[in-house]
Amino acid sequence: MTIDTSMTWLIALYIFMLAAFTGYEVISRVPSILHTPLMSGSNFIHGIVVVGALHALLSATSLSAEILGFLGVILGAANAAGGYVVTDRMLAMFKTSDEKGK
Amino acid sequence: MVAQHIMGLSGLAAAVLFIFGLKRMSSPTTALSGIVVAGVGMLLAIAASFLTVAELLQSGNARLETNIALAIAALALGSGWAWWRGSKVGMTEMPQMVALYNGMGGGAAAAIAAVSIFGAQADTSLIRAVTAIGALIGSVSLTGSIIAWAKLDGKIDKPWRFAGQRVVNGLVFLTALLLGLGLIVTPGTAAGLPLAILFFAAALGFGVMMTLPIGGADMPVVISLYNAFTGLAVGLEGYALQNPALMIAGMVVGSAGTSLTVLMAKAMNRSLANVLFSNFGDAAVQGGAGPQGEMKSSSAGDAAIAMRYASSVIIIPGYGLAVAQAQQKLYEFVKLLQAAGVDVKFAIHPVAGRMPGHMNVLLAEAGVPYDVIYDMDDINSDFANTDVALVIGANDVVNPAARTDKSSPIYGMPILNADQARQVYVVKRGQGKGYSGVENLLFFGDNCAMVYGDAQAVLTQMVQSVKDLGA
Repeated sequence: MTIDTSMTWLIALYIFMLAAFTGYEVISRVPSILHTPLMSGSNFIHGIVVVGALHALLSATSLSAEILGFLGVILGAANAAGGYVVTDRMLAMFKTSDEKGK
Repeated sequence: MVAQHIMGLSGLAAAVLFIFGLKRMSSPTTALSGIVVAGVGMLLAIAASFLTVAELLQSGNARLETNIALAIAALALGSGWAWWRGSKVGMTEMPQMVALYNGMGGGAAAAIAAVSIFGAQADTSLIRAVTAIGALIGSVSLTGSIIAWAKLDGKIDKPWRFAGQRVVNGLVFLTALLLGLGLIVTPGTAAGLPLAILFFAAALGFGVMMTLPIGGADMPVVISLYNAFTGLAVGLEGYALQNPALMIAGMVVGSAGTSLTVLMAKAMNRSLANVLFSNFGDAAVQGGAGPQGEMKSSSAGDAAIAMRYASSVIIIPGYGLAVAQAQQKLYEFVKLLQAAGVDVKFAIHPVAGRMPGHMNVLLAEAGVPYDVIYDMDDINSDFANTDVALVIGANDVVNPAARTDKSSPIYGMPILNADQARQVYVVKRGQGKGYSGVENLLFFGDNCAMVYGDAQAVLTQMVQSVKDLGA
């Protein structure tokens, strides 16, 4: 037995609408000194696509689906891991004069 | 069933952590923790997605064991390569690296769509449509980002343009759309497979064609646009997979990326359409008289000593500084000035470096604290009360022609008011023009002196001259 997790197109539109506003609001308050790390950070966040690719690969029932799924997971994992490591490296370098003095 | 609940809740937790993480990234003091928070969300979502195995066991998929092994191998391969590459890439190459990772995300979204399109799964026509649109956007983002990466990395150094290019591109795009429409209305027919192959070929081809004519200077805007594209594609595939976490994360990035793209284009005084379709850079040759007067030059030593005895200095770094790898040397010079009691500030134009904020990253790497770094809007009124403005490797962003010369291609672009300082020194390799191909009026001003030479060499001399004073 399974629980019903399907959503109507209307609920999907609500989710999209709220998420779009959230993204817009978050970015509009970011100082421009952080724009590059932020682009990289948002790049990391769409690395969540790897979860979708994992789903496609794990439930694959044919060779072609396995190949495409395998490719998808590699690409998605690279997006997530790469996005994380470069964002982390950039942000780790931002320090104030006070922090420098120590 | 329990597994499904856990997966659902993990997805929700991931979405919350992503948004909270992005929010923390909006201030320099909390930014580092922001990416860590988002990272925890990502790990949680990936770990939970293996719970789907529990369900699949019940349905009895003969390939399940192979699939699990493949999944683990693919995760290790993809993340291992990206982690290794991302750990050693130089800060100056960051924009192209982001482009590459972004393209891969688009490719992953296209692959998810391809599994369901080639598998001809019995979905509703709405889901087929959403899947196809996501596939189109993801494919364009994949190949477009690869071209952007190649251009920034110097692998493709000239925009590729031909007559009627826009018409050809339009036709390719239309073909992709029609093929996609065909896939939506005729699922699972004999024509399905070739139709799907042609559809992906057209979509991938369009990404290449759309990006090739755009000049290297505009690539940051394009990368940011493709970042938004990938987000959108991920969000759409999230709906096709009925996965709210993908929908939320994808759409947040889709909208944040779109507004970031518009901000960047605005900072360059261009509309997005102008960046994408105008073939900027061709029209560099223009009529009319050049600037009057002549450029004066100064030695590095004289300039350094003038700054040592000034009370306030504003430094305007540009990409030329990073090309010369001279950020460390610059900061060494700045520390000498600060020790002598000079008030030193950095002024950053929104498009300094290769993309907005890139120069801040490069300065941060050299150890410059961010509280002496100012945005254009915050510092522009200070120039008039400043003794010396030192311009290093920047050009168009300090060109007063943007304020005065209506015929100039950069007219109307917001600039740093370096020309209002009492004295301006410009460190420059030679007498060349900026990215826009426009002569810089600043260089001909009475209060301006050029210091010719490689930024690294010039700054080394400047440091030496100040040290020689013994003070």
